[in-house]
Amino acid sequence: MAKMAYRKERVDRGIKARTDDIFALSSFREILYLVLPRLLVILFLLPLPLFLGTYWQKVMLITLVIALLALSWDLLASVGLVSLGQALFFGVGGYLAGFLSTRWGWYPLFTIPAATLAGAVFCTLLLYPALRLRGIYFGLITFALPLLFMRVIEATKILGGTEGLSSLPPLPGTTIELYILLVVALGCVFGFRRMFDTDYGLVLKALRDNDRSVEAGGINVQWYKAQAVFLAALPATFAGAFLTHHYQFVGMPAFALDYSILPLTSVVLGGAGSFAGAVLGACILVPLSEVLRAFGTLRVVIYSVVLVIFVVGLPEGIFHYLQRKYHQFERLVPMEEVSNGARAGFKGY
Amino acid sequence: MEGNLVNVLIYGLVNSAVLMLTSLGFSLTFGLSGVANFAHGGLYLFTGYITWMFLHYLGLPFLPAALFSIVIVGLIGTVIYRLILMPVRGIVLSEVIATFAVGVAILEFFRWRGFVTYEFNLPSFVKGSITIAGVNVDYQRLFIIAIGIGLAVFLWIFSHYTKTGLALRGMAQDEYTALSLGIESDWAAGLSMALGSALAAVAALAILPLGLISINIGYDVLLVALAVTVLGGLESTVGLMVASLLLGYAVIITGTYLSPHWMEVVYLAAIVLGLAIKPSGLFGKFKELEERV
Repeated sequence: MAKMAYRKERVDRGIKARTDDIFALSSFREILYLVLPRLLVILFLLPLPLFLGTYWQKVMLITLVIALLALSWDLLASVGLVSLGQALFFGVGGYLAGFLSTRWGWYPLFTIPAATLAGAVFCTLLLYPALRLRGIYFGLITFALPLLFMRVIEATKILGGTEGLSSLPPLPGTTIELYILLVVALGCVFGFRRMFDTDYGLVLKALRDNDRSVEAGGINVQWYKAQAVFLAALPATFAGAFLTHHYQFVGMPAFALDYSILPLTSVVLGGAGSFAGAVLGACILVPLSEVLRAFGTLRVVIYSVVLVIFVVGLPEGIFHYLQRKYHQFERLVPMEEVSNGARAGFKGY
Repeated sequence: MEGNLVNVLIYGLVNSAVLMLTSLGFSLTFGLSGVANFAHGGLYLFTGYITWMFLHYLGLPFLPAALFSIVIVGLIGTVIYRLILMPVRGIVLSEVIATFAVGVAILEFFRWRGFVTYEFNLPSFVKGSITIAGVNVDYQRLFIIAIGIGLAVFLWIFSHYTKTGLALRGMAQDEYTALSLGIESDWAAGLSMALGSALAAVAALAILPLGLISINIGYDVLLVALAVTVLGGLESTVGLMVASLLLGYAVIITGTYLSPHWMEVVYLAAIVLGLAIKPSGLFGKFKELEERV
């Protein structure tokens, strides 16, 4: 008698028809199966700003800002452009908003959209010559650019120099700000996810997987990458412009390394390529770093270590892990040794 | 004005040597195994602090302390490769993120422990200075030039005339062919990490005595290494030297005639312009086609 051993078997739930995102739905229960996780998140997040105290409202604000930057990073990475400097978009958006309101006295209602669009166009033009670079080389150029801007502003003393631009017009209160950010962030998550399921998104994904074959397909790689950079810059420049008006200040810290590392860490933690993972990562990381604030700079050490552990240990990220668990069920199936199993099969019936 | 010019000439040379020494380790690891060791700055500063600890807590003389530090940092390089880089080998982004995180962890750990005061500095090898053409240069700066040139020559001989060096270069040129000749990939990459880290340690020991040890040096070192490597191109000792000279003089000239604020701009601009205009670097040969679409 062979000892019975069991192994885990993972089976996709029957609802998945063919690929990861095509489902055959035949009942309300199945619709619910798909809608419920999304709905739960939205229903959890929407009333949240009303229940939080002033301090945690601020934390949520920063969380959403980092989530927007992470979304932007994720979109860029989905096209194969790995950015090491989200602070570039953030700072450009922030400084443009600050400039528009100090120079011409525009209201935030106008500066934020204007800075978002103009910032995205500016960043796209700026990065356009670098789009042919691959992998780490693109990363290096994005790593250097925000630092370069920071130094240039320091050296030339334009845009307020080291002092920055202060006493900008405020936004109408944290709760409303949170709702605006929340709507934008959720809109980006679902919008980007939707976009990547269209034919246009297919081209973008193909750029990451094999840009040469895309080029062979008669598609202008450079032009599509530029579009992707523009789209990716939008949430980040928006975040920059928004936070500028929230703090009523913009200065050199807008180009700081924090705004590059935190979004990156968020995506690595949450899982790249799904957009939801980026937000999930930010929602874990930023509150965590607030809790760890008492440790001073040790918290930077802590999240560096978290980053290493996740990059090496769970490279797919939390979101993909959860998604897999949700879409598959596991069961134990008996496992016999191969030789015994073969013999048992003949005798058994 | 004339004194200024001589000053620029001499200190430009010193600065070039500093840059070359700083980026030698980074460039070597990158060129040989394709690993961009973003922990370079962290290891550089780590050397400074452990040497300081050897000197002050254990009371060791300078030479053994320095040797210990170099060996330890080299070992740490290997450990980083074994534990962190090996599982994510080939995924460039993960390599960069992981090593960068290690570097930041090291730097911020020391910041947290309060290693930021004025007492942290390393002794120079020989005290004193010499006057060349009316400009005062201390011996340490001359040592840096000598060590820089010596190491560059040594590495060139090592990588062109020794079996190990040739194996490493073979790995860099064509991994599969090298594998088929019995050169083990992980061994080569681990060794190149160890060598690169040890070189960072040597650079730290030579350069840190010029001033105080401060955390931000770690980030600057990484920036400098990136700028020189990007500008010089991979797998090219000549490129590294030329890039160091170019940047070294450019920085000193901007610092003297423009303003010290612009000095860091030079490095950053070198990275940005270098990549935008000539992505393979001034002397890079290999990766030229692969980098472009």
